[in-house]
Amino acid sequence: MQDLSAHIMDIAQNSIRARATRIEIDVEERIPRDAFIITIRDNGEGMDAATVARVTDPFFTSRTTRKVGLGIPLLKQNAEATGGSVTIQSAPGEGATVRAFFTYSHLDRPPAGDIPGTIVLLVAANPGVEVRYRHVTDKGEYTFNSREVKDFLGDVPLDDPDIVAALREMIAENIKEIEI
Amino acid sequence: MEKIKSLADLKRIKENVQAKMDLREKSEQVEELIQIKVAMATCGIAAGSKETMTYFIDHLEENGIRAVVTQTGCMGYCYAEPTVEITKPGKEPLVFGDVTVARAGEIIQKYLKHDELVEGIIPVNYHTIHES
Repeated sequence: MQDLSAHIMDIAQNSIRARATRIEIDVEERIPRDAFIITIRDNGEGMDAATVARVTDPFFTSRTTRKVGLGIPLLKQNAEATGGSVTIQSAPGEGATVRAFFTYSHLDRPPAGDIPGTIVLLVAANPGVEVRYRHVTDKGEYTFNSREVKDFLGDVPLDDPDIVAALREMIAENIKEIEI
Repeated sequence: MEKIKSLADLKRIKENVQAKMDLREKSEQVEELIQIKVAMATCGIAAGSKETMTYFIDHLEENGIRAVVTQTGCMGYCYAEPTVEITKPGKEPLVFGDVTVARAGEIIQKYLKHDELVEGIIPVNYHTIHES
């Protein structure tokens, strides 16, 4: 993957496939701890222990269109290349939590990429899913909740191009404020 | 123009979109719109499908095209990502392969506007003489 925003989109697609109605995405930039942490939590179907043990295997997938599943393995590879790790917690009926830890200053840590654009694409393509995105830095934090936006918009669709562009700007401006 | 930072700042945009919606035919049904599905699985994302989807969302309106842009999973054409499935009302869906941002522009100008086919269509929907 080119950047961390691509991983976020990729892992969130797993949540959508697991029929999640709520996805929580936390991005934490912790400079004193030299950590860049991404946590994606959903309320989807969840997985049993045997499945959790297999998802890091590139030859495991729940799809039938192809025989490989590289989403989690690629995330693990990128995290481990920086001295970090990926942990997955899940139980059937209890959703899943994927947490990826990257060493912030490591040369092999991919750049963050266009996270605002990614969040907005996810929201626009899945209006029925509540997406909560929280970005934390040492300067402060910002939380975006698609449910709030949806309530505010009323009958105006989330995927209208003008709304998509405006939301992208709104998130980007707020992130800029807490940029380190 | 002032920066948008909160939902309150979004109000003006919301009103503009509402006005735009009121101007459109009230009878417009989702089934009558062009459906554009961008394959957004690991293979697609790694090949740039996020950028492709963003390009479609940002550039359809200025070309006078009304469409629903959404995401789908892997269609099994990982070698040709980013792939995009386009369904025009009343027509068979077409799957386009290698739809980079540049090719997305070509698809808008040729297929979406003038029904002109472009290179890179993945033949998935054809029926042989035995099937029909």
